Amino acid sequence: MMQRFENANWGKTLVAAVPWLWLGLFFILPFLFVLKISLAEPQLAQPPYQDLIREVSDGVVTLVLNFGNYQLLLEDSLYINALLSSIKVAAISTGFAILIGYPMAYGIARAPTHWRLPLLMLIILPFWTSFLIRVYAWIGILKGNGLLNQALMGLGVIDAPLEILYTPTAVYIGIVYSYLPFIVLPLYATLVRLDESLLEAAADLGCPPIRQFLLVTLPLSLPGLIAGAMLVFIPVMGEFVVPDLLGGPDSLMIGKLMWSEFFSNKDWPLASSLAAILLMVLVVPFALLRHMERKHEEMDQ
Amino acid sequence: MKRSPFLISAMILGYAFLYGPIVSLIVYSFNDSRLVTVWSGFSTKWYGELLHNEQILSAAWLSIEIAAVSATIATILGTLTALVLVRFKQSRMRIALDTVVAAPLVMPEVIIGLSLLLLFISIEQLIGWPAGRGQTTITIAHSTFAMAYITVVVRSRLAHMDQSLEEAAMDLGAHPLKVFFLITMPIIAPSLMAGWLLAFTLSMDDLIVASFVSGPGSTTLPMVVYSSVRLGVSPEINALATIMVGIVGLSVVIAGRVLYKQQRSSLAKEI
Repeated sequence: MMQRFENANWGKTLVAAVPWLWLGLFFILPFLFVLKISLAEPQLAQPPYQDLIREVSDGVVTLVLNFGNYQLLLEDSLYINALLSSIKVAAISTGFAILIGYPMAYGIARAPTHWRLPLLMLIILPFWTSFLIRVYAWIGILKGNGLLNQALMGLGVIDAPLEILYTPTAVYIGIVYSYLPFIVLPLYATLVRLDESLLEAAADLGCPPIRQFLLVTLPLSLPGLIAGAMLVFIPVMGEFVVPDLLGGPDSLMIGKLMWSEFFSNKDWPLASSLAAILLMVLVVPFALLRHMERKHEEMDQ
Repeated sequence: MKRSPFLISAMILGYAFLYGPIVSLIVYSFNDSRLVTVWSGFSTKWYGELLHNEQILSAAWLSIEIAAVSATIATILGTLTALVLVRFKQSRMRIALDTVVAAPLVMPEVIIGLSLLLLFISIEQLIGWPAGRGQTTITIAHSTFAMAYITVVVRSRLAHMDQSLEEAAMDLGAHPLKVFFLITMPIIAPSLMAGWLLAFTLSMDDLIVASFVSGPGSTTLPMVVYSSVRLGVSPEINALATIMVGIVGLSVVIAGRVLYKQQRSSLAKEI
């Protein structure tokens, strides 16, 4: 019996060790390399950075740390502006996603039971089709002679085509469109549990529907709302595809900047320090997301 | 309950917003004109051209290979992670694993791609593996971010399944490994399948991580699509998009119907 118990423990250790090893090697360790390379000096070679530990003069091997990349990021307003503009774009898109997603999630949660699953499936389905292709679809809709302008001009709403493609508006549309499912799903999960008798009680006591929503529904759905908002905000901070395809050449976002520092300028150390700074900025919203998810799990049990 | 006209119109507009662009892609893939958004008659010629585009076909094949292998690796890793998170007793290590495995779900892909590339280069300098970058490195990268999604899918199934069957088998002296393969796995099989399909689509779809960790000669489908899209709209891409949407739509509808029939009773209880 003892033998068997020990075997089971061994098995358990093994089961836990495999994901830990994989994530340690391919998810945690890589971040240490990002930190390392962000302190390296660029050079024209393959790979395009110098080793941190190298021979400075004859036989003298030392550790050379280069903080120049971080200094540049702080001094050149381009990078700070890109960071601020990423925060702005992420915050505004999250706001619009909530405005569109909240009524949808609420509507699904209040729909007749047999309608809920198909309606949810319809929210998830676009997520299964290519992100790239869904963003691409907007080019055809938003461009000068695109579908939107054709429709608006056909209806006589406007006389000249609107210029939307390659403007910030197009970036917002693309981002809200791509990330909408991420806000609807967690919101639905909290709204569907909402005890309707609370609303009835409020109504019986003479509370008008708007106040019912603000005083009962909204506070109770806050965990799902915040989790959903973070699921949009965090990845949008590093978004590349949408600003690259729908935004103009001057659309400044940190993910796009990292991409061009890496692929066009071949400045790997600078791209790494940008990544390190983006990571540090994202720690707070990520902690908030985890906190909300843990709360949700506790409610589950 | 009473139907609020505000809610219903918000939902109709919301679903129109989600599906309008996809429908427009499909409609204009049958357009005769090269100008994608000017309708000039029905034609399927872009599908024909697509089938003769060697570059797209070989990239598609590479993407399918990478997606199949990485989805399989990710399903194994994600299932193990889900087992640890649901069945093992609460501990600091478990909470830490929960946080680490959740991170790739939201981590910007530019960071995942860059960090993995730097890792691969550093390991190669140390031990000579992986020699260069290409299919292997993309597969490893995709397995890593897909396992997070599979963990989420499998975990919720494990948490909601009836554990008494497992306990009964254990009480009768079955080895834990045997219990897993004979009892747990058949019960969670639908979620393993759904997770595998999700990982497959995520891999087929990834542009950013693959661009960082690929090497010369290993161009995946999204990389081809991206470089063609950057040059402007093209009806061939519309045709490709329609085929992909068709495959995904069909498999989701079939899978949905199967799951729906199987789980109608249990789901009805849950929601």
